[in-house]
Amino acid sequence: MNVSTAAAANDPGPAAGTAMPAPKTKRRATLRTLLANRTLLLMCLPAIAFFLIFSYLPMPGLYLAFIQYNYTAGIFKSPFVWWDNFRFLVMTGDLWRLTFNTIAYNVMFILLGNALQITIAIFLNELRSKWFKKVSQSLMFLPYFISFVLIGLIAYNILSYDYGLLNGFLKMIGADPVKTYSNPHLWPFIIVITYLWQSTGYGSIVYFAAVMGLDSEIVEAAEIDGANAIQRIRYIILPWLKPTFIILLLFSLGGVLRGNFGLFYNLVGANNSSLYATTDIIETYVFRSLMTNFNFSMGSAVSLYQSVFGFFVVLSANWLVKRVSPDNSLF
Amino acid sequence: MSAQRTAIKVDGSTLLVRIFGYGFIGAFALACFLPFMLVVGTSFTSESSIARHGFNIWPRVFSTFAYKIVFENPDLIIGSYWVTIGITVVGTAVGLFIVAMTGYALQRPDFHYRNRISFFIYFTTLFSGGLVPFYLLVNQYLALKDNYLAVLLPGLLSPFLIIMMKSFVRSIPHAITESAKIDGAGDFTIFLRLILPMTTPALATIGLFIAIGYWNEWYNAMLFLSPDMKYRTLQLFLYGVVTSADFVKNSSAASNVDLRDLPLESMKMATAVVATGPVILLYPLVQRFFIQGITVGAVKG
Repeated sequence: MNVSTAAAANDPGPAAGTAMPAPKTKRRATLRTLLANRTLLLMCLPAIAFFLIFSYLPMPGLYLAFIQYNYTAGIFKSPFVWWDNFRFLVMTGDLWRLTFNTIAYNVMFILLGNALQITIAIFLNELRSKWFKKVSQSLMFLPYFISFVLIGLIAYNILSYDYGLLNGFLKMIGADPVKTYSNPHLWPFIIVITYLWQSTGYGSIVYFAAVMGLDSEIVEAAEIDGANAIQRIRYIILPWLKPTFIILLLFSLGGVLRGNFGLFYNLVGANNSSLYATTDIIETYVFRSLMTNFNFSMGSAVSLYQSVFGFFVVLSANWLVKRVSPDNSLF
Repeated sequence: MSAQRTAIKVDGSTLLVRIFGYGFIGAFALACFLPFMLVVGTSFTSESSIARHGFNIWPRVFSTFAYKIVFENPDLIIGSYWVTIGITVVGTAVGLFIVAMTGYALQRPDFHYRNRISFFIYFTTLFSGGLVPFYLLVNQYLALKDNYLAVLLPGLLSPFLIIMMKSFVRSIPHAITESAKIDGAGDFTIFLRLILPMTTPALATIGLFIAIGYWNEWYNAMLFLSPDMKYRTLQLFLYGVVTSADFVKNSSAASNVDLRDLPLESMKMATAVVATGPVILLYPLVQRFFIQGITVGAVKG
């Protein structure tokens, strides 16, 4: 509405001459804007088509959440059951468990991840040896590049009951080996540690860049005034990183309901139901309902819940960003 | 400057922070690296030694038997390599071109529809149909089951990369586009001849993000390429070796080694080394592009 009148105002053509723009000239103005932008529009067309097909076309498919999908009957002849699928998910406790696991893991990832990234960035900045910095950064970066399949295999190398490094160590010091793959209490630690192992090197770059952006004169002035390293970190660098931290924190809060499927699936294994209590997140549940249980409706119900709930979380996070730093808000 | 720095006496707390810093960073870097050596070490360990002493970074009893068996029947690995290479090369080239083109167009201040299209793209990160409808769409409605396009197409673009491209292009003054327009160049020509050559660092970064995504692809392959297909992606092949017994039976039959004598554990690791090793060697060379990209993407203006 607003935009089309602005377009007409920009237009030096007939729209400017007529006192009250008739619908016809308005349409002509729109057409002219369209023509003037045609090349840029065409350049966007592949991307528009891509998102239309792979992101927007599946959306109406969430209708599956309200039916009892029957493969032979097809989508439109399967019985419509209103909120029954959701009621089932609430009554079995599945929805609560999935929500709790997904959010709890993400909160741990965000808090511990940022803390470790900041620590690493600050230490890297204090080090003087160039080659040491370079080599250690390269090594810390390595886990980010590999596939989750390989991460799963590495975890198996360490955790396997019979051959794993962990149990080898426990046996060496005379302790009892642990049955990692059937003990659900260990998995929050395993998953969080693996996540930190994989993503910290990558994540610390943002903070490292922020530390480097600090005016060196300020630091030198503090040094001349007699501030030691700990004071420098405590009173200059940490406060300097605070806005970056808050923005990154709020951004990641928006995704708190989205899980990292590859990480969980490859660490836990495809059908290790003894660990579901502590390792099942929304993504793995939906995947199972599609590929193992063929319960398409239940999977869609969880997805719909995730999208709607997640949408409100993003809106709230954005509202917070807007209050803290209006320049960084998304919309 | 540096002379001045050394002139300032290094006090106790600075020294302490430095020592602690070297220790902490060194330990963390080693922790990131050693697990890879664990895989390599185990792949060179004889199976009987694994049974007795478990996995180890340094092989107690050195053996290349696992590699011998893996290479005796290399057909599947080579085929999977070709599939992954093909998908990566084509997908990266096409995806990069589309991302760059879209990013440039959406950054043009005189593009009337830029905000609407940006929102159209950004909205997909807020709300999605989820896995089941996506699966049904690709599998049934687009009929891409057992078609490499089912792996290639969904990985082409992401809102994140388009936003990153937009922030890169923002650093190029709009005056360049404007003066070219006055000289009579069309929008597409400006993009192709002027903007693309000026954004090569950005293209390297974004291209790498796309390429890494394709190279590590196993998820869409697992969803849409059934085991009936002989060659699937490399990482899915590795997944099959790590988790399934079928592969073991096949290689036992192919290599005339009795099933009981097959070095199961070291074979998994040897396959992982063969499937990942060559590319890991490239990472030190390309990682600076990532650092660049993350820095630009993070400092969103």
